[in-house]
Amino acid sequence: MYKNFFRYLISAIFLLGFSVNSNADFKVGFVYVGPTGDHGWTFQHHEGRNAVEAAGIKTTFVESVPEGADAERVIRQLAQSGHDLIFTTSFGYMDPTNKVAKDFPNVKFEHATGYKREHSNVSTYSARFYEGRTLLGHIAGKMTKTNTIGYIASFPIPEVIRGINAMTLAAQKVNPNIKTKIVWVFTWYDPGKEAEAAQALIDQGADVIMQHTDSTAPVQTAEKAGVWSFGQASDMQRFAPKSILTSIIDDWAPYYVERAIAARDGKWNQQDTWHGLKEGMVAMGPYNSAMGADLVKEVEQLQKDLASGKVHSFTGPIYDQKGNILVAEGKVADDGMLAGMSVYVKGVEGDIPK
Amino acid sequence: MSLDISFIGILIGSIMASSVPLILAASGELITERSGVLNLGVEGMMIIGAISGFALMVITDNLFIAIVGSMLSGVIISLIFGFLTQSLLTNHVATGLALTIFGIGLSAMLGKNFVGIPGKEFPILFSSLRESIPFFGPILFGHSIVLYFAFALPFLTNYFLKKTKLGLVVRAVGDSPVSASNQGINVILVRYCCILYGGAMCGLAGAYLSLIYTPQWIENMTAGRGWIALALVVFATWSPIKVLIGALIFGGITILQLHMQAIGFRIPVQFLSALPYLMTIIVLVVISRDSRKIKLNTPTSLGRIFYKEK
Repeated sequence: MYKNFFRYLISAIFLLGFSVNSNADFKVGFVYVGPTGDHGWTFQHHEGRNAVEAAGIKTTFVESVPEGADAERVIRQLAQSGHDLIFTTSFGYMDPTNKVAKDFPNVKFEHATGYKREHSNVSTYSARFYEGRTLLGHIAGKMTKTNTIGYIASFPIPEVIRGINAMTLAAQKVNPNIKTKIVWVFTWYDPGKEAEAAQALIDQGADVIMQHTDSTAPVQTAEKAGVWSFGQASDMQRFAPKSILTSIIDDWAPYYVERAIAARDGKWNQQDTWHGLKEGMVAMGPYNSAMGADLVKEVEQLQKDLASGKVHSFTGPIYDQKGNILVAEGKVADDGMLAGMSVYVKGVEGDIPK
Repeated sequence: MSLDISFIGILIGSIMASSVPLILAASGELITERSGVLNLGVEGMMIIGAISGFALMVITDNLFIAIVGSMLSGVIISLIFGFLTQSLLTNHVATGLALTIFGIGLSAMLGKNFVGIPGKEFPILFSSLRESIPFFGPILFGHSIVLYFAFALPFLTNYFLKKTKLGLVVRAVGDSPVSASNQGINVILVRYCCILYGGAMCGLAGAYLSLIYTPQWIENMTAGRGWIALALVVFATWSPIKVLIGALIFGGITILQLHMQAIGFRIPVQFLSALPYLMTIIVLVVISRDSRKIKLNTPTSLGRIFYKEK
C-alpha cells in the first residue's frame, strides 16, 4: 500500500512540474450576473467562455452572482483558487473587482462595462452598444405608426442612459414626432416583470418595444400583442419571428480569446477597451423583411457608416431636456462624455431615477 | 393618454393575469399552514413545477399532461419536505429553506436542455366575447382555464375550511394537534395531505408562469414570487379571501406603477417600485385589524413539531 502511495506521489509531483512548465494550469474564471441560460447577456458571455475553452485554456464560471457583497466573495474565491485571469461581467461588480484586485496583484482582472481601473492588474472592456441602438432608433422611427417607442430600462447607469439617448436621437432624425416612453424595472432579469412592463408600454400606445434587460420575455409579449420588437444581447428571432425587426448581438468571444492567450503568454497589459460595430464586438441580427427592402438597405448603409466612423451616434447639435447644449454643432461626443452620460437628451420624457 | 372605459377593462384583465401565480401558491400554502406546517419551500416547489410543466409540454406536446405533470412534480418534491418534517421530525423552517435552494438548483439542472425553446400557445377561452364586449369582455373572457380556476380557488378554500368536516379536521390539527390526536385523528396523515396539496398548487403556479404567462423556460423564472406568496398568507392572516385581495392589490399596483411610469408621472421611480409591497401590507393590515378574527384564523401550532408517543 505504501509502495503504491509513493508511486502516486511521485507521479503527482512529476505531473505538477510538467504542468507548470507547459502552463497547462493556467485558468480563467468568469463571474456572471444571470444564469447561462438567460438567452441574453450572460448567454453571450458564456459563448465567449466556450471559445476560450475551445482555444485550449481551462476555464471555470460562477453564474447568477448578485451584484453586491456576494460578488466580492465569489471573485475573491476565484482568485484564491488559482485563477490567473478573471472576467467579471456586470457593471455592479466594479467596486468588488477593484477591491479584490488590490489583494491579488498577480491575478489579472477584466471588468465589463465599468470605468474604474484602480490597480495595474485591472482592465476594463465594453462594447459600443449605443451604435446598435442608433440602428434600432432609425428602424423604430420609420416603423412606428403611433410615434411612440416603448423602452424597458433596467438601472439608471450611463450604459443604459446612453442607449436610450442614442436610440432617441436616431429616431428623431427620421421622425421628428417621436416620443420615447421609458419604464424602469430595476432588475436585469425577471421575465414576469419584463413582460408586464412591455405590456404596460403597449397598452400606453407604444407599437415598437425595446429593452435593456436580459430575458426574452419582452419580445414574446410584443409578438403576442402584434407590435414590433428588438432582440437584446443575442439573436432572439426564434422567440418572436414575426415581431423582431433585428437584434443587437454582443460578441465577446474574439476579445476573450485574445486576452486569455495574452495573459497566458505573459503579454497582458492593463487597458480600456471599447469596441463596436467596427471590431465586431457589436453585431446585428438578420433584418426582418417586414421592414421593406428600402429600409433594410438604408439601415445596412448606416451600419457600414457607423462601423467606418463616417457617422457617429452622438453628432451635435445635441441638447439636454432643458435645452442646454451638450454637443456643439459639427462636433461628436468624446468617449469621456459618453462613458459618464447621466442626462437625457431632448425628446426623452420623464426624469432619470436618482 | 387614453383612460377610457375599455382601456380600464384591459388593465384589470392584465392585473388578474399577473396575480394568478400568487393566488395559486398562496392558497396552497394557506392549507398547509392551517394544518400547522410552515413550508418555506414555496419558491422551490414553484420553480420545479415551472420546469416540469415546460419539459412535459416539449416532450409530449400535450398541455393537459404538462399541467397535471407540473402538479404531480410539486407533490413529489413536497413529499420530501413531508417525510423530513413529519416522519423524521426536522425543523420546518430549515427544511423549507433547503427545499427552496434544492428546487432552484434542481430545476436549473433539469432545464439545461429546455433553454431557448419557444413555448406553445396556451388556449384561451371565450376569445370572441373578449373582443365584442367593451370593459367586461377583457375582464371576464379570453383567459386560460387556469386563471378561472385560480379565481375560484380562494372561495373553494374558504368553503372547505369553514363548512366541511374535513376542513374542521385540518383546522383542529393546526390549532391543537394533541387534542386532535386524542380525538382519534391521524395528525401526521392530515399534515402529509395538506403538504402534498400545497405542493400541487405551487407546482401549478409555476407551470402557469412557464406555460401561460411567459411561455418558455428560463432559469429562476419565478424570480421571488414564492416568497411574496408566503408573505401574503401571513399578512392575509390565513384567510383565503384576503389572500385573493392581497394578490390582486400586489399584482394591480405592480402593473399600475409600470403604467404610471409609461404615462410619465413625476413620482420617484424607486418609490413606485416599492409601492406594491408597501400597499399590500398596509391594506392587509388595515382590513385585518380585528384581533379576535385573527386569533380565529391563526393556526396556533404553526411550525411546531408534533410527536406522537407510542
